[in-house]
Amino acid sequence: MGVMRTRKHAATGLAAAAGVILASGLAWAADQYGPGVTDSEIKLGNTMPYSGPASGLGTLGKAEAAFFAMINDQGGVNGRKINFITRDDGYSPPKTLEITRHLVEEEQVLLMFSALGTATNTAVQDYLNDSKVPQLFIATGAAKWDDPKHHPWTIAFTPNYHIESRIYGRYIGKSLPNAKIAVLYQNDDFGKDYLVGLREGLGDKAEKMIVATKSYETTDPTVDSQIVTLQGSGADVLLTAAVPKFAAQAIRKVYDIGWKPTHFLSYPSSSIGGVMKPAGLEKSVGIISATPFKDGTDPQWQDTAEFKDWAGWMQKYNSAANFGDPFYVDGYIRGQLMLTLIKTAGNDLTRENMMKLATSMRDVKLPMLLPGITASTGPDDYQPLKQMQLQRFDGNTWKLFGEVISGSGS
Amino acid sequence: MEKPVAPAAREVAGDSYAGLNAGVWRLIGVLALIALAAALPFALSKYQVFELTMVMIYAIAVLGLNILTGYNGQISLGHGGFFAAGAYTAAILMHRYGVPYWATLPPAALICFVLGVLFGLPALRFEGPYLALVTLAMALAMPQLLKYFDTWTGGQQGINLVKPLPPPGLGLDHDRWLYFVVFVVLLLAIRVAANLLNGRTGRAFVAIRDHPIAATAMGIDTARYKTIAFGTSTLFTGVAGALSAIVIGFVAPESFSLFLSISFLVGSAVGGIATISGAIVGGFFIQFVPNLANDISDAAPWAIYGLAMLLFMYAMPRGVVGSLGPWLARWKRQA
Repeated sequence: MGVMRTRKHAATGLAAAAGVILASGLAWAADQYGPGVTDSEIKLGNTMPYSGPASGLGTLGKAEAAFFAMINDQGGVNGRKINFITRDDGYSPPKTLEITRHLVEEEQVLLMFSALGTATNTAVQDYLNDSKVPQLFIATGAAKWDDPKHHPWTIAFTPNYHIESRIYGRYIGKSLPNAKIAVLYQNDDFGKDYLVGLREGLGDKAEKMIVATKSYETTDPTVDSQIVTLQGSGADVLLTAAVPKFAAQAIRKVYDIGWKPTHFLSYPSSSIGGVMKPAGLEKSVGIISATPFKDGTDPQWQDTAEFKDWAGWMQKYNSAANFGDPFYVDGYIRGQLMLTLIKTAGNDLTRENMMKLATSMRDVKLPMLLPGITASTGPDDYQPLKQMQLQRFDGNTWKLFGEVISGSGS
Repeated sequence: MEKPVAPAAREVAGDSYAGLNAGVWRLIGVLALIALAAALPFALSKYQVFELTMVMIYAIAVLGLNILTGYNGQISLGHGGFFAAGAYTAAILMHRYGVPYWATLPPAALICFVLGVLFGLPALRFEGPYLALVTLAMALAMPQLLKYFDTWTGGQQGINLVKPLPPPGLGLDHDRWLYFVVFVVLLLAIRVAANLLNGRTGRAFVAIRDHPIAATAMGIDTARYKTIAFGTSTLFTGVAGALSAIVIGFVAPESFSLFLSISFLVGSAVGGIATISGAIVGGFFIQFVPNLANDISDAAPWAIYGLAMLLFMYAMPRGVVGSLGPWLARWKRQA
C-alpha cells in the first residue's frame, strides 16, 4: 500500500513536472514580448501639439487618451492595461525627436502611435526606422508616407491628399464629363498633392478638362485676384486646395463676384465652425468635400449601436466636447484600430509582429467609419484608408451623397 | 621699507593653499571639470548623452546672447532667427553640396556674423525695448522666409540630413561622438568669449552698456563696438544652430518658432546675464525645465514653467551664476 502510494505520488509528480515544463515551453513559444510589454501593461508612445501654433490639433491626442481610458476602465486587453503616454511637442520638430527618443529609449514604449504633424513626423522617421520601432497611423495627410521600400516602419492612416483629390477627379470625370475645371492651390507640397491627384483621377481627360490653375502663398493677404482670374477662364468647376483661412476667403469671393461653379473643397478645410461660418453659411451652400468618417451630428446614424457606443463614450469621457468635432470621431476610430491590432496580436506583442499586423490588414471594419469603408494594407500598400464619400454643405450641415469612391492607385 | 610689501604678501598667502596659488588651483579645477565632462558620456545612457549634447548647444547659443545682452546691454528677442540661419546654412551645405558636417561650422559662423553686423547697423539707432522690437521682427519673419525660399530650404517639408558617422576605430557610437564634437566647440567658444570679454573689447562693451555717454567721452567708438557685439553674438548663436541641425538631423521652419528666441533670453537671464558660465546653467534650464514642468503637471506645464522662472528670478535676481558668484567669494573670504 505504502509502496503503491509512493509510486503513485512519484508518477503524479513526474507528470506534473512534465506538465510544468511543457506549459512553460508553450508559454515561451507563445508569449513574445517586445519592449514596453508585461503581463499587465502595454506602453504606447505619442507626440502631439498641445501647445504652440497648432495647439488646436492636440484634440486628437485628448480623444485617443480618452479612448484608452475607457478600454482600461473595462479591464484592458487580455488583462493588460494600455499605458498611452502622450507628450506635448509644441509642433516643434527638434522637440518631437527629443520626446520620441525619450519614449523609445527611456520609457521603452512598444511603438509610437498616431503622432501628429508632417514636419514633426519627418524629424523622427529615420530615427524610428533605424531603431526598428513602428511609427503607426501617424496623423498627417501628406502623400509621402506610403513608402514601404525606404521606410518600412512608417505607416499613416486616413486617405492622404493625393487619394482625396483622385476621388474628386474620378467623380468629376464620371458625373461632370464636360466640366471645365479651375484649381486654386496652396503653393507647397500640400497644395501640389491635390493638383497631382486631380490629374490622376481625371486620367487622359485631365489636360483637356483643367482649364486654369492658380496658386497662392501662405504669406499672401488674400486670394481675391486668383479667384477673379480663375473665373475669367470660363471654368464651371472649382477645386480649392487650401488651408482654412484661405478656403474661407475663396468661398466668400466666389459668391461675391457672382461665380457659381461646382465648388470642391479640400477635407482639411471642411470644418463648419472654422471655414463655413467665417465665410458665411449662405455663401457656402453647395460646397462639396469628402470624408471617410461618420459625422457625430448626422441624425441618420443616431439609432445604430456603434453610434450609441460612441455617444456614450463622448458623454462619459469627453463631457465638454462638441459632438460635431471630427477629431473625436478620428481619435475614436484610431483607438479602435489600435485595439483591434493588439487583440489580434494575442501574446505575440513584439515590434515586428505589430508592424506585420499593421501592414497585412484585410478589409478591417471599424466603428464610426462610413458604411462600405474599410482599412486594408499589404507589404506594398502602406495606406490603410483609401475610400471616401462625397458630402455637400446645405447651409447648416454636411449631407452625404453618391457612392463610396475609392482613390487607390489601381 | 618692508611695510608696503606686507599686505600684498598676505593677500597672496590668503589666496594660496598647499603651496599652490589661486591661479594654479583654478586651472586644476577647470581641468577636473573638463575631465569629468569627457568621462560623463560613458556613465550615461545614449538618450541622456543626447540631452547633454542639446544642453551644450543651447549653452553656446545663450553665450552668444550673453555677449550682446549681458555685456553690451542690447536686448535681442531675435536670436532664434540667427540660430535658424546657422542651422539652414549647415543643412543646405550638407544636403545640396555634400559638404562634411564639421566643415559647415566655419561658413555658418561667417554667414551669421555678417547677418548680425548687417542687422546691427540699423539696430544702432534703437535702444532697450525698441531694439527688442526690431530683433523680434527677425524671429517672427524667419519661419515664413524659410517657407518662401523653398527651392533652397525645402519649404514646409524642411531638409532631412544624413546622420554623421563617427570616425571608425574610436569605438564611439553616433550620440557619444556628437557629444564630443559639440563639447570641443563649446570649449572653444568659451575660450574665445573669455579672451574677448576679459580684454579691451569686453571693457568697451561693458562701458557702453553702463554709460554710453561716458564711454564715448573716453574715446570708445560706440557704433563700432556695438556692431562688433552684434556680429560676435550672432556668430556664436549661428554656430549653435549649425550644431543643432547636425545633431537633430532635420531642419524645418517649425523648428525655429518665436518661443526659441524667448527661451534663449530666459536661459540667459536665469543663468546670469553677464557671465560666461551662466550660459551653461541657461542651457540646462532650456533643455530640462519644460520637460520637468510637463512631468509635474500635464494639464498646465507652462504655468509650472512660469512659476519656475519666477522662483529663479526672485531667489537669484542676477541669475544663478550672477548671484552665487559674489556669495561664493564672500564665503571664501570668511573661510
